[in-house]
Amino acid sequence: MAAIAPRADATEELPRATGRQLRTVLILLVPGLLWLGIFFVVPLFTLAGTSTQTPSGSGIPGEFVQTFHLANYWDVISEYKGHFGRSFLYSILATALCLAIGYPLAYLIAFRAGRARNLLLVLVVAPFFTSFVLRTLAWRQILSDDGWVVSSLKWVHVIPQDMAVTASPLAVVAGITYNFLPFMVLPLYSSLERIDPRLIEAGGDLYGNGFAVLRKVTFPLSMPGVVAGTLLTFIPASGDYVNAALLGNNRTTMVGNVVESRFFRVVDYPTAAALSFILMAIILVLVVLYVRRAGTEELV
Amino acid sequence: MATAEAGGDLRLSGVTKRFSAFTAVDGIDLTIAQGEFFAMLGPSGCGKTTTLRMVAGLEEPTEGSIHLGDLDVTHKKPYQRPVNTVFQNYALFPHLTIFENVAFGLRRRGVKDVKKQATDALDLVELGHLAQRKPAQLSGGQQQRIALARAVVNRPQVLLLDEPLGALDLKLRRQMQIELKRIQTEVGITFVHVTHDQEEAMTMADRVAVMNHGKIEQLGAPSDLYESPDTTFVANFLGQSNLVPGTRTGTDGGYVVIESHGQKARILQSRCVPGSDLLLGVRPEKIRIQEAGDEVPTGLNRLTGGVVVDASYLGVSTQYLVRLPWGQNLTVFSQNLGITERFRDGSAVTLAWEPDHSFGLAGDAAAGVDEEAAALAAAASAPQG
Repeated sequence: MAAIAPRADATEELPRATGRQLRTVLILLVPGLLWLGIFFVVPLFTLAGTSTQTPSGSGIPGEFVQTFHLANYWDVISEYKGHFGRSFLYSILATALCLAIGYPLAYLIAFRAGRARNLLLVLVVAPFFTSFVLRTLAWRQILSDDGWVVSSLKWVHVIPQDMAVTASPLAVVAGITYNFLPFMVLPLYSSLERIDPRLIEAGGDLYGNGFAVLRKVTFPLSMPGVVAGTLLTFIPASGDYVNAALLGNNRTTMVGNVVESRFFRVVDYPTAAALSFILMAIILVLVVLYVRRAGTEELV
Repeated sequence: MATAEAGGDLRLSGVTKRFSAFTAVDGIDLTIAQGEFFAMLGPSGCGKTTTLRMVAGLEEPTEGSIHLGDLDVTHKKPYQRPVNTVFQNYALFPHLTIFENVAFGLRRRGVKDVKKQATDALDLVELGHLAQRKPAQLSGGQQQRIALARAVVNRPQVLLLDEPLGALDLKLRRQMQIELKRIQTEVGITFVHVTHDQEEAMTMADRVAVMNHGKIEQLGAPSDLYESPDTTFVANFLGQSNLVPGTRTGTDGGYVVIESHGQKARILQSRCVPGSDLLLGVRPEKIRIQEAGDEVPTGLNRLTGGVVVDASYLGVSTQYLVRLPWGQNLTVFSQNLGITERFRDGSAVTLAWEPDHSFGLAGDAAAGVDEEAAALAAAASAPQG
């Protein structure tokens, strides 16, 4: 990922590897390359192959033959474009919410927490101690219409009396935001924590008020964390299906839900494979555009 | 050159800063005149940086007040004060170009001709050609000058410099001292310079405040501090001093007579503290060293019975360590005039000096304090060789 790639000028300074060093490097790389080859590259080609298959005609469910039927792609795009739209809408919304909640939190932990810093960091990752599915199920209780959260919000008239929160897009986005928040906070924290506090003092000394210093000094310097955090949130969120399945309704389904049902319920492997490939391609394009836009130069 | 708007003096009254149980700055009263080059000198932990940060607004005083002319800035935010800082290690914004670093303060204040003013400031430090570089592409000395330009461009009433030359090597530091002095004269801004390097403070500042344990030990022009230190700390922190314990025995004309191990010496009354337990002080370069038995011109203070225990030939001078009969070692710098022979280890010598070059300090604190101060002074002057 671009966010963690070493600086170009740093690699240039490395002395040229001798033959012996080169061998050591290769030996060290072997386990990782083997792993990637067997569990990533090969399955990727298998998936690509599956995506252009058509039913064998034997009538046995799950039996497909390779016909290089590229029309599969066109078919799934036209059939599931709404799902793609929702996937990216929800994940972008959730990423934006994560950033809005995560940045102040990471800032607080990095600059204002004092001795509570380590405790707060543990609390950020504490949700991982419980199963992902269980936590999402718990949200169903929290957001249920007769649960205490919704009823007290209704009681103070923050939300209309007839509003249903559970099984709504709102609940899905809230669930995704909650589940991926730590992936936003941790890179933001590590980026903010590395900023020399004297730079912030210098910003104040040079007539920048709190907001100006945040906008012109702190935020630009934390860009590596912002890029890493948003990618770590956005990429898995756009492929997520657990939140939509547990917190949504049948009008909030995302691409992940279709892939899941095509693979495991309907046994329609080519459609699932083609969906996966399109999802991957769109994410790739969006990420490249985003990283370009955010300025790879800042990612030091 | 244009000067800062008539703002007046920087006044600190009873300024105290406590960090829980630790008192970093202990009731400082100080007035720094507009346009003055003022240095705060002291060992690390003496409170000089904390004082500076309170003037900058980066720390809030626990007690006391800070005024700029008639303006009370004690509780103002850093961005609300006409004060700028050159930070230790410069604190240049790494994500901005040199030009944008210098323009930062101008843009925040909404100044109109940012481009012209920033360019002028870069020209002042002779680095206009680096405007489009990033700070990481500059050498330490260049970064130092950019940090200066970034602060000076705002024409603050007071410019604070926090050990600005600490990270530079010796040669560059000497060069920057001259440069800083030139710029200060050119822009006419009050400079408050914090340093632990006594030579730096003495070469640049109009006045120096020597600080120790959160208090000002002595304040004055560099020559006053050097020639008439008030305390043993100042005597040892600014250069080297020979301090011989003795007792006041009387007066002789305008001089105090002090007796030490049976030998008498005179100190100008105006340069001697009251009290009977005294330390007779004299700087090593003021002492003449001559063979024992040679006649000493009348009117000079003398100490007889010395033996050279170490002679270091430094080219420009010879540094002698002379042991007196009671076991105390005195340091003597003898300029290499080429007239007299150099003394060898074991030579019996007499030390003599003009009575006007003596100073008398309070003697009761003699024992422990000075070793600490001498160690600090040695540590502070070590990088200069």
